[in-house]
Amino acid sequence: MGLLDIIGPVMVGPSSSHTAGAARIGMVGRRLLGEEVVEAHVLLHGSFAATGVGHGTDRAIAAGLMGMTPDDGRLPDALELARAAGVRVTFERGDLGRVHPNSARIALRGETSRVEFEAASVGGGQILLQSVDGLEVGIAFGFPTLLTEHDDTVGRIAQVADVLARFEVNVAFMRVAREGRGQRAIMIVECDDPVAEEALAQIRRQPGFRRVCYFPPAD
Amino acid sequence: MPFHSMAQWVALAEQSDRPLYQVALEMERTDSGIEPEALLARLAERWEVMEASMTRGLTEEVRSESGLVGAGARRLHEARVAGHTLTQVMADAIARALAVSEVNAAFGRIVAAPTAGSAGVVPGVFAAVAAARNLSRHTVVRGLVTAGHIGAIAARRASLAGSAAGCQAENGVASAMAAGAVVEMLGARPRVSDHAAAIALKNLLGLVCDPVAGRVEVPCVKRNAGAAANALAAAEMALAGIESVIPLDEVIDAMAWIGIHMPVELRETSEGGLAATPTGRRIAERLKVEVDP
Ligand code: SF4
Repeated sequence: MGLLDIIGPVMVGPSSSHTAGAARIGMVGRRLLGEEVVEAHVLLHGSFAATGVGHGTDRAIAAGLMGMTPDDGRLPDALELARAAGVRVTFERGDLGRVHPNSARIALRGETSRVEFEAASVGGGQILLQSVDGLEVGIAFGFPTLLTEHDDTVGRIAQVADVLARFEVNVAFMRVAREGRGQRAIMIVECDDPVAEEALAQIRRQPGFRRVCYFPPAD
Repeated sequence: MPFHSMAQWVALAEQSDRPLYQVALEMERTDSGIEPEALLARLAERWEVMEASMTRGLTEEVRSESGLVGAGARRLHEARVAGHTLTQVMADAIARALAVSEVNAAFGRIVAAPTAGSAGVVPGVFAAVAAARNLSRHTVVRGLVTAGHIGAIAARRASLAGSAAGCQAENGVASAMAAGAVVEMLGARPRVSDHAAAIALKNLLGLVCDPVAGRVEVPCVKRNAGAAANALAAAEMALAGIESVIPLDEVIDAMAWIGIHMPVELRETSEGGLAATPTGRRIAERLKVEVDP
């Protein structure tokens, strides 16, 4: 943890894990979906389920889904704001098994796409994205991070690496996972440098990419 | 490399005859490439948020939704201004620590330092001492550098989460951060910061995390006030030349050990301590709400 993590984050109370972390989880969902959220179903697990409402976990997740950061003064009213904006957000308590006590599984629907993911708030506002559409990812957001969902065919990894190289982005860590050979695959690229919007657009234009998401470094 | 120990940091500072904050800023420059001015500017923004949360808590009728806590800061502030408090600086620090914590409990905007649950301690102590001794805003922002790195050492050697090590890791560490930094803000040598932080943390070792109904309200809000007063007591002792027999690094290690041995009921599960008292349970029952379907 760096100095700005100790004297920070700037956030709306009351809890760095149950409020600020929850808002970040919502924001991650919004970036995964890549468009405005129309409908969200949130399953709260463990301590999120037990003490989440008192800590505003539900409003914080809704706030993040609508694009608010953890320090947004509108966060406490996020559920009403969502309703007013026609965004349907529903919650249930459940058991996700042996996962972190502050976990949520969220299913999102937009105008054109859907995504389902699991994430945990692991303390001090830091979060971990566990899985996306059933594939394990384990992203901690310590770096500018790129996530793609693509067909498991020859050359996809090289295409991404090529675009990043042309934009002078150094790759720190890289992982891939897939459903099975030739099926849906996921690539996680953690970078040393921020990735420009134009680089993302170029990757999106390549054939075989179903989803290209970018997570800028957390403040 | 970020400091792993207070001893190493103090030694670096005393060898080169520089204050702790300056050595820390140099370290940040070589380690992460952030220029000192840029980092101080970011911290100055955070101090502004801290100030705004104190002002709000001291002047407005801030209440949590549960109604369990609120408006204490304002009441104490008015008593102090009217000359009805026992002390001046301490009453001011306590009122300000309450102010931030009450704003936090009411879904207000705060700066976690090191956590949201303990966010009142550092700003409360800094603002009260700065007002009493006419310290500049620069001095206060530099103090945040020292406080932040004391917290970072605790994070590295132990934990800052009540769910991992109890409230000693939140309000205890916040108190150590405030004490260690404030003596430097008053011009003390680096080793005095070590003693002040060590004394502050020692006094809060073993403090459990037992929030009633799982909310950051009872006992959290008043614990911020207690931790602020404790920081002032530790600073007074250290400034007078009283030393801590056990150095801060070892106190932090002891805190980590105690955290590991702390039963899970006393680590943010609301199953023990104050949360499990008859009154605590009654409140939890009353506040039980179903998630919004
Ligand atoms: S009692 Fe627990 S929740 Fe409350 S401030 Fe202390 S560590 Fe945080």
